[in-house]
Amino acid sequence: MAGSQFVYVTFIRTTPQRLWDALTDTKAPMDYWFGCRQESDWKVGSRWTLTMSDGRIADTGTILEIEPNKRAVIEWHNQFKPEYTAEGPARCVYELEQMADVVKLTITHTHPRENAKYIEAVSGGWPKILSNLKSLLESGAIILKPAA
Amino acid sequence: MNDDAVFRALADASRRLLLDRLHRQNGQTLSDLCDGLDMTRQAVTKHLTILEAANLVSSRKEGREKLHFINPVPINAIAERWIAKFEQQRLTALSALKEHLETTPPSRKKKKD
Repeated sequence: MAGSQFVYVTFIRTTPQRLWDALTDTKAPMDYWFGCRQESDWKVGSRWTLTMSDGRIADTGTILEIEPNKRAVIEWHNQFKPEYTAEGPARCVYELEQMADVVKLTITHTHPRENAKYIEAVSGGWPKILSNLKSLLESGAIILKPAA
Repeated sequence: MNDDAVFRALADASRRLLLDRLHRQNGQTLSDLCDGLDMTRQAVTKHLTILEAANLVSSRKEGREKLHFINPVPINAIAERWIAKFEQQRLTALSALKEHLETTPPSRKKKKD
């Protein structure tokens, strides 16, 4: 397989609408995402920015595809670490699929480069974010404290 | 996803080996995964089915190929469920030690000979 790719799958007892609202939340810092905040109007071609809780910009990008409650594709360029920024933009796909009383969320983070360091670096973070997101939607509370 | 399915899937050396291989190189076909293994294609297929049912592996069609990916989400859930609690104990022990040291007046320390 050319390039680098990680696929994260989780099943959450919620509705596609609630999950979508959490993933595209721009109103406040996202507790489930270590207090990061995102900005976008979620229209194709619009900018997307993820800011860390201390105000530094983590990632920027462009909305490439959008299908509310179902699918979003974001061009995702790290701005936090020069060595990741130098690798060029990655691509992240959110897919939501209703299955009986749960929603299957698949997040695919890909980079055209073979062994992209950025894709490896975020592979420890995504499972924590998704676990927080699952706790938040299923019980209204987050078990993990946000990372410092 | 239930923990039982994850633990059952992990309770087999061949399946752990397949996960290690996917961790090293993600997005492999069945043939890639069989390459260099002392296992039949049928056995690898059977193990992959169990890993997929436990959500430890996901697969996706790309053209005519089916690629397999390790899913780190359930492994993280196990770590949080079983390991984080022991870390918590250690943190509690450390904070108790800190409190003890900070509230014990230095004059009560033993003098060195």
